[in-house]
Formats: sequence, C-alpha cells, structure tokens
Amino acid sequence: MPSKNHGAQPHFVAALDDTPLVAIDRLDETAKARSTWADAWDSMRRRPTFWMSSGLILLIVLVALFPTWFASVSPTQCQLSDSNGSPQSGHPLGFTFQGCDIYSRIIFGTSASVTVGILAAAIVTLFGLIVGALAGYYGGFLDAIVSRIGDIFFAVPTVLGAIVLLSVLPDRTPVVIALVISIFAWPQVARIMRGAVLTARSSDYVVASVALGVSRFKILLRHVIPNAIAPVIVIATVSLGTFIVAEATLSFLGIGLGPGTMSWGRDIGEAQTSIRTSPQVLLYPSIALSLTVLAFLMLGDVLRDALDPQARARR
Amino acid sequence: MTQLATETVNQIPSSDSAPLLEIRDLEVGFRTQRGIVPAVRGVSLTLYPGQTLAIVGESGSGKTTTAQAIIKLLAGTGQVTAGQILFEGRDLTTLTAAEMQNVRGRQIGYVPQDPMSNLNPVWNIGFQVAEAIRANSDLRGKALKQRTIEVLQEAGLSDAADRLKQYPHQFSGGMRQRVLIGIGLSARPKLLIADEPTSALDVTVQRQILDHLATLTRDYGTSVLFITHDLGLAAERAEQLVVMYKGRVVESGPSQEILSNPQHPYTQRLVAAAPSLASRRIQSKKNEDAPATEIFSAGGTDTALIRRATERELAASGKDLISVEGITKMYRIRKSGLRYTELLAVNDVSFGVKKGTTTAIVGESGSGKSTVAKLILQLESTTSGRIEFDGQDVAGLTGRDLLKFRRRVQPVFQDPYGSLDPQYNVGNTIAEPLLAHKIGTKKERQKRVLELLDQVSLPASTQFRYPSELSGGQRQRIAIARALALKPDVLVLDEAVSALDVLVQGQILNLLTELQTELGLTYLFITHDLAVVRLVADNVCVMQKGRIVEAASTDEVFDNPHEVYTQELLAAIPGANFEFGR
Amino acid sequence: MLWYTGKRLLQMIPVFFGATFLIYFMVFSLPGDPIAALYGERPPSPAVIAQIRAEYNLDRPFIVQYLLYIGNFFQGDLGTTYSGRSVSDVMASAFPITARLAMLALAFEALFGILVGLIAGLRKGKLFDASALVVSLLLISVPTFVIGFVLQFVFGVQLDWARTTVSGAAPWDQLILPALVLASVSFAYIVRLTRASVSDNLNADFVRTATAKGLSRPRVVTVHVLRNSLVPVITFLGVDIGSLMVGAIVTEGIFNINGVGGTVFKAIRLGEGPTVVSFIAVMVVIFVLANLLVDLLYAALDPRIRYAK
Repeated sequence: MPSKNHGAQPHFVAALDDTPLVAIDRLDETAKARSTWADAWDSMRRRPTFWMSSGLILLIVLVALFPTWFASVSPTQCQLSDSNGSPQSGHPLGFTFQGCDIYSRIIFGTSASVTVGILAAAIVTLFGLIVGALAGYYGGFLDAIVSRIGDIFFAVPTVLGAIVLLSVLPDRTPVVIALVISIFAWPQVARIMRGAVLTARSSDYVVASVALGVSRFKILLRHVIPNAIAPVIVIATVSLGTFIVAEATLSFLGIGLGPGTMSWGRDIGEAQTSIRTSPQVLLYPSIALSLTVLAFLMLGDVLRDALDPQARARR
Repeated sequence: MTQLATETVNQIPSSDSAPLLEIRDLEVGFRTQRGIVPAVRGVSLTLYPGQTLAIVGESGSGKTTTAQAIIKLLAGTGQVTAGQILFEGRDLTTLTAAEMQNVRGRQIGYVPQDPMSNLNPVWNIGFQVAEAIRANSDLRGKALKQRTIEVLQEAGLSDAADRLKQYPHQFSGGMRQRVLIGIGLSARPKLLIADEPTSALDVTVQRQILDHLATLTRDYGTSVLFITHDLGLAAERAEQLVVMYKGRVVESGPSQEILSNPQHPYTQRLVAAAPSLASRRIQSKKNEDAPATEIFSAGGTDTALIRRATERELAASGKDLISVEGITKMYRIRKSGLRYTELLAVNDVSFGVKKGTTTAIVGESGSGKSTVAKLILQLESTTSGRIEFDGQDVAGLTGRDLLKFRRRVQPVFQDPYGSLDPQYNVGNTIAEPLLAHKIGTKKERQKRVLELLDQVSLPASTQFRYPSELSGGQRQRIAIARALALKPDVLVLDEAVSALDVLVQGQILNLLTELQTELGLTYLFITHDLAVVRLVADNVCVMQKGRIVEAASTDEVFDNPHEVYTQELLAAIPGANFEFGR
Repeated sequence: MLWYTGKRLLQMIPVFFGATFLIYFMVFSLPGDPIAALYGERPPSPAVIAQIRAEYNLDRPFIVQYLLYIGNFFQGDLGTTYSGRSVSDVMASAFPITARLAMLALAFEALFGILVGLIAGLRKGKLFDASALVVSLLLISVPTFVIGFVLQFVFGVQLDWARTTVSGAAPWDQLILPALVLASVSFAYIVRLTRASVSDNLNADFVRTATAKGLSRPRVVTVHVLRNSLVPVITFLGVDIGSLMVGAIVTEGIFNINGVGGTVFKAIRLGEGPTVVSFIAVMVVIFVLANLLVDLLYAALDPRIRYAK
C-alpha cells in the first residue's frame, strides 16, 4: 500500500535476478550477416506471389522464344470455312473470323508483345537511369537542362506521342515500336532515379567518402547508384507490363505493329466485329495479354515490398 | 463495484491517500510473426495528485511504450497483455473506445516527443488547437477562438492571435513544442504525459519550455508523468523517479534518494555515466578507481598518462597544428521571388588547435559549428579567411595535395545510421579509404581492417556484417575505425556521440580518449552538449550565431565563464548542479 | 500562393512550346515526305497535297513552319480534317461529349477509388484489403479495350442493360457504361495509392497526437488521415489525365461515341494522318493545361507547397 505521505514513496529496488545486466552495446556474434539484397531476397522468396509471377514470366519468355515447342498448327494457314469456328480436336480454342487457329495465334503472338515490352523497358531503364543519375548527382546546369527536356517529353502522354510518331513511320517492327514508346516514357524513370540519387547524394556516407578522398565518379558508381537503384528496378518491372499494354493498345488502334507481325492487340482489334456472335475470338487473346501484364505487375509489387524497407516494415 | 465507488469519490481534489495513477504489473507486448514479443514486463508505479514522476531509461527500455499504454495509443500491433492501469481508481485497460476518448485530452493530456512530426502539416495552428478544445468542451464560435488564443498565450506564444492562420512549417521547433504543450494542457487535465518533450530542442530553449511547463502544471495542479532518457533532467524536474531497463523497473522512489544513493547496478551505471558539470576530463588513469569498470574499460597505464602529459606540455608551447584565422562563410538563400538573403553562417572565426589536444566547438543549432567543421574538412570552401594545417594553407588544395590533406584529417559524423553505406559490409567500409588511396595489397588491407576493428574493441567477425545489423554505438565505432584507417593526425568529430544513449556515449568517449593517448591524435570536437565537452575537451570555443563568443581552456570556461551566453548555456544543462552520488 | 501560381505559369511556357514543337518536329522534319507518310497507302489527290503543303507551309524553312503553325494555333486555327472541316469546328461539337465522359469517369474513379482505398487502408491485412488489392491488380493488368469489350458484351449484348453504342447526342445516361470502362484502370491505381497513403498516415505521429487530444475516431480518420492522403492522390490525377485521354480514344472508339477520342480513333483507322496529328496536338495542350490546374490544386491542398520558396 502507498504510504500516507506521498512525498516519500518507498525506494524500490528490483532483485538483480529479475533484471540481469547485459554488457553495454555488445555485438551479437551468433546472428548471420545480412546484406540488404540478401534481406530482400529472403522476404521475396517467402511470398507465393513471387514464385507465381516469376514462373509465369519464365513460361511466357519460353513461349516467346520457342513458339514451336508449344504449338504445331500454323497460325497463318487459315481457311475461311473455319471462320469463327468452335474448338475441335487440334484446335482447342477454335478459330478467328479469318479462320485461323486462335491458340496458335496466341502462342506465336507472344514474341511481339514480349519483345516490345522487354526492349522498351530495357531502353527506358538504362537511359533514364544514366540521365537521371548524372542529372541528380552533378546537378547545376546539366540537371536544369535534363529536367526541362524531361518535362517536355513528360508533357506528351506516351501513347499519344506514339500515335503521332507512328502515323509517319512506315516500317512498324517490334523494335521500332519499342523505340517509339521509349522516347516518351524515359522521363518517368529519369525523374525517379534523379530523386533517389539526390537523397543518396546528400547522405552522410557520401560526405564521408568525399572526406576520405574517394573520387567523385567512383562515389557515384560505388555508393550513390547502388543505393538509388531499388526504386528503378521496381518501376522497370512495372513499366514492362504497362509497355506491353501500350503496344497492344497501339496495335488495337491499328497503328502499332505492321500487318506482317502477329500481335495480340491486333487480333483483339480485329475480333471486334465478331463480338456478338463469337466472343471467344476476343476473349482468349485478351486473357493471354492480361495474364502477361499481370505477371510483371505482380513481380513489381513483390519487388517493391522487398526492396523498400519502409514497405517491408509496414507489412 | 469499486470502480463505481471511486468514480464518485474522486471529485474530492487531490486526496493525499488516493493515487491519481497506479500501474500494477503492466505487461505490454507486440504481436509479430513469431508470437508476442514483450516490451514492458511487470511494470508498477504510483503517481499522486500534483506530483511529477519521471520514467528514465535508454532507448528500448520500454518507457515510451508504458506511457502510450496508459492512454491506449500503442503503436502498430502493441497490446496490453496483463496488469492494470488505474486512473483515479478506474482501470483504463478495460475501457471501451468511446470511454477512452473522454479520458484522452480531458483527463489525461499528452505532449509528444518530436515537435516536427506531431502537428499535421496541412492544417493551420489555430485549427489544430481549436479542434482539441472543441473536443473537450462546449465552447464554440467566438468563445472557442478566444480560448484558442488564450491556450497559445499560456503556452508562451505571446503573438498567438496573429499566428492562428499560420502552418506548422512556419514555426520553429521550440514554438511547435509550445503549441503541443498548449494542446496537451488545453482541457486542464489532471495528468499530463510528457514523452521526451524537449529532446529535439536546444538546451536554452529546453530550459525555457520546461520552466514554463513546470509553472503551468503547478498553477493548474496537474500531475506530470515525464518520460526521458536524461537522468539530469529527470532529477531536476521530478520528485519521483522510475528507472526502466529492458522493459522492467529496476529501481523507483524519490529522485534525490535514488540519485544520491543508487542501489541497483544498472542505476549505478547510469548515475556514473551521467555527464555533469561536476565531472572532470576523462583520463586513462581514471580506469582504476572508476566505480563502474565496464564504462571505463581497462587500457591506459601510468606510462601512457605520463607520455600524454609530456606531449600535451610540449604541444602547449609549440605551434598550432590547425590554425584558423578569420574565416567567414556566407550562404545565399533564395527567398520567395528573385530575392536572396545572405546568411552569414560563420562570421570571422579564429582559433588554433595544438597537436594531441582536444578542442571543442560548442553551440546550439544554427550557431555555425558544423559549418566550421565542413570548412576545415575542405568539404566546403570559405568565403574569406585562412585555414592552415601543419603550416600549410589548405584553401585551394587540389589533386594530390588535397588527397594528402584528406589522409591526415578525417571526419566522424553525427548520425551513425547515415554515415555508413547500408550496401557495404563493415570490412569493405573500413577498407575503402585504403583502397581510395591505393595503400597496400588486398591481404595487407585485410590485416589492417582486423587491426582497426580490434582498436575500436569490436570482434573480427564484425567485418562481414552490414550496418543494419549493428547498434548506433557499434556503427559509430566502425565510423571511427574507418576514420583511423589512414593513420590521420586529426579527427573532426561532428556531434559524434550526440545520437547515442548515455552509457554507450560514455563508452565511445572512453574509446576516443584511449585512442588519443595511444595514437597521439588531435580532436576537433563539434557538439551542442556542454556536459560532454567537460569530459573530453582541453579547450573550448563557444559559438553563437556564427561567431565565437568565448574561447578558453575547458576549466576556465566551466569554472569562470565570462560571457552571458556561456553562462546561460551552462545554467541550461539539465541537472547541472545536481549532486550525483558517485 | 500568388507567387507559386506565377512560377508554375512561367514553367509551363517552355513545356508548352517544347511539347508542340516536339510533335511538329516528329511529323514534318523526319526524313522522307511527311505527306506521303501521313497518308500511308492511300495517297490523296494532288489538289489535297497542295492544300496541305500550303496549310503547313511546308515550302518554308522548318522553324518558320513551326512558328506559323503556333501562330495559327493561338488564333484558334487548329488545322483541317481530311474531310475538309476545320479541327476547331469538330472540336466544338466533339469536346462537350468527351468532357462529359471524362467528368463522369473522373467522378467514378475519384469517389470510389478513394472510398475503397480508404477502407482498405483502415482495414489493412483484412479480407476487404486483400480483395481490393487483388481486384485492383487485375484491373490494371487488363487493358482498357479489353475491359471495354467485356463490359460491352456482358451489359450490352448478354444482359441488354445498356446500349452497345452511344447515340450521336451522347446523353449522360448512355455514357455511364463507357465512363466505367474509362475509369477502371485509374480507379485501380487510386485504390492502391489511397490505401498506401492512408496506412502510412495512420502511423504518423500527428495522427497519434490527434487521438491523444480526445478526438473521435471518425474525426481523426477524416480530418487527419483522409485529408492528408488526398495530397498524393491529387498529384496522381495530373499524370492520370494523360491516360484518360488515351483511354478516351479507345473507349469512344469501342462505343462509337462522337467525341474527340472517337474522332481520333476513326482517323487512325482510316489512316487520316493530318487529322490525327492536329487532334493530338490539341490534346497535348489540354494535358499541359490540366496539369497546371492539378499543380495549383496540389498547392491548395498542401500549405508546404503553397509557401515554398
């Protein structure tokens, strides 16, 4: 019970057995050493979505590289008698309006979509990363110029710009489409990289390296970029998905891949006329397209959670 | 039953026998994937009306968790797993959300730790104060506004009426803290929980605000539950003390008694490590007779002391290793529009540092002390003036000469979490300067890394670890090891121990002292903390608004400060003149 | 605020000229004959070619061409369509329809996106949150034109609740289904953004302090959590207007709406290059202006931006 005179509460001392002292600031030598990347990998591999998305991506890439492993029917030998035909033996998904095998067109159409996506993401990431890093790191005039140019390209929405540019380009191969998308999409990556580099640049470990006598460029390569790259990896994965959508949209509009190239977007666009009678013609390539995009977006999500320590703490 | 009874009885003001707050065997845990991790274990404490009680502990001791459990504001997955929190006899742990809402603000006020993040940036100050008053009273309209102004004025913002429409980012840290104190006390609660209310502020501001808080709570008869890491502050501000360690209470009772006669070994440690004006410069010799040998770890010998003493005598007569003459640093700061204002961060500063000694530069935020460090390190260029190192002008050094200079003058920064690259393991971090200056083969560098780890008392296995796995103190050791890699003459320590808990801080200060003796290092010690200066410095420069206002030997400055500002600084150190039992 | 507005206006000028120059440059300065390229496989008559050469001043130096084009642009002369109507005339009749569609879509995505995001953020880790995440991911993965076709098929063909194509006047009720299609992807992004922002703000110190003041939970959630979470959502809307425009081309194409998007859609399908370019130039300018508006809204919502130097 508390005493009446509360000015003098009893002096309580815990038994030493209950509160053993630990050496000040002792290092726990038993724990395993962990780098941030190892940590990220650890948190990723425990998530089923990581394995689902990367498995799916692996499959899609295999299909894109070796379509003949997956389909034996030619996607271009079509008979009008089969127009909008239902599935039959050897043709599991039926036929398009032109009488082509839908399954086979999906398999052979993978390559174009995936090529555009991967190529555009690679170009945008590499270019955005370099430009953003240099602008953020060296600042000043270079930064001002790069940022203003970025603003201008950013002011033209990617697909709108691509529509304009593609309407004057006669030769619309996957490489051309990827380049055109990249022209309008790079500022986003550059902006993100620039921001991340600015944060890393002002950190104490960079100042410490300067004071240690490490050269400026080496600091950029060794300290700044490795610490700024995580958000770019995430955005690269996510944009891969969105670029595939962009290509499909362009092809759907009829301004994307040329008639010589098989493409999901194009097939979906052409299926528009048969939507009332045979919706499956439209449905299957749509599913293939959406699944591919989904795979990359899911991977992007997992990467974001793993690479962003804040997001990891929140979970 | 009893709860109902006490609810009616507690109208009688400040009954001597009834505690206002009584915590019994409180257990708080945080739910994680691996089950519930306990953070507070069996904590009991009692607070009577009108009293001030301080919970003292290091980071991770569970002091803040205890405070947050009282008003049910535990972060994330925290939950009370056992025990009672009796407020005026009513168990707060059993209250519903709606009942708790009536307790918060109205009966228990709360002043949070960090004034920067505790006001909503998108609402103006008037709104945020009025909101608190509105929630706990029937005042509306004009009366509400009137009361809002009153609350802010009481909290010490004299021009409150004109500032209602301003936003938090237009206020200084001290002013924001005043607003938060105003909010906490706005409904005249019976209890105020103040969680490190001033730890983010300068000492002089801290003193003003704590004095003001003390006046207010005394006038209103408010009980205060202080949460602090600062033993001096606790001793000065609270009659009752609860010392927490690793989630448990190790000692509690009247402050005077505990501080003059600490019983538990942990409390003894804390009391011994608390820097105060009464302390003396750490000498390696002290090791033998220090009360807590863990802090002053063994190392120095009499011969070392003698060597050091002779060195210092020699140095005193010799030339300055670093000589700073009239340096000025001007920043141009863009104001709105195309206008610029010029900020004189460093204004005509001159001082000298002799070899083998420690010179401290002390000042509050904005005094320009860190800018001086950056100028000496050649991380920024001076606007005018001259910095000489070992007889050579360092301004305009380039290429090889700059590299040579960098080898001899190394920095250690404040934030142990920011100064190490998280992607680099410790071995690579320490080896980086060797690599940059192309010193030794891979094997030799490896050997040197181990040597350096040993010098900062870390096991060899540390080299494979990453900064995220290390504590603040351990990181600071790594930063020191990295700075020592090139065998420099001078270390510029910019608030190098400020972010550390007091025991760890003591440990690092000891390490620095030993290294100085062993390696004959010269330190430039930048800090805001005068108490620390007393422990390590030979000479002190006190800076204020870009100028050095007083410069003398440490003993002179502490025993006989000439300048008013220095006196103010000294007086503002919490618990400065408190008798610690050592 | 005044200073901020002025600054944003000034910053917009180079972007405006840069973006229009970029489009003009791409079309008329790339190697080869721009007119041939614009019409692809369907070369127009010599008369039309001559008219276009004159209209775009293709015989003058490039920079003069651009300046004349911009001059015309400011005078309201936005070019001529393939069929000879002036772009501004078509705009006058098509723009109100697209504006209605866009407003409906914006209302849908903002209202439901923020609502669902808020609930998901408040109930983090619960069933509602998990489902919101999955659904939003699916919506983002499925391209607008696929969603358009699916909804058209389900509601227009199978259930017969809505018209598969919208009539010329495009009244509000007929635009509901297309607006849902247009809003779908952005809705998903807003859900995710709001959710993340709400769950961040829930852990913010100032929210804890607001609770400690004795405020009720609904008040804390609306006045402190939701209010602060709106700031990033508003910034997102700026970028989103671009995807709304692309979406409008696709959606209006699918539902045969005579708006700006539908006009562009038809022009692309028919290979009428000049029409496409003229309309897209106008859309880009609208995009730049809309972004200015969003920036000002952003500043209005966040005092730190408003008072920034």
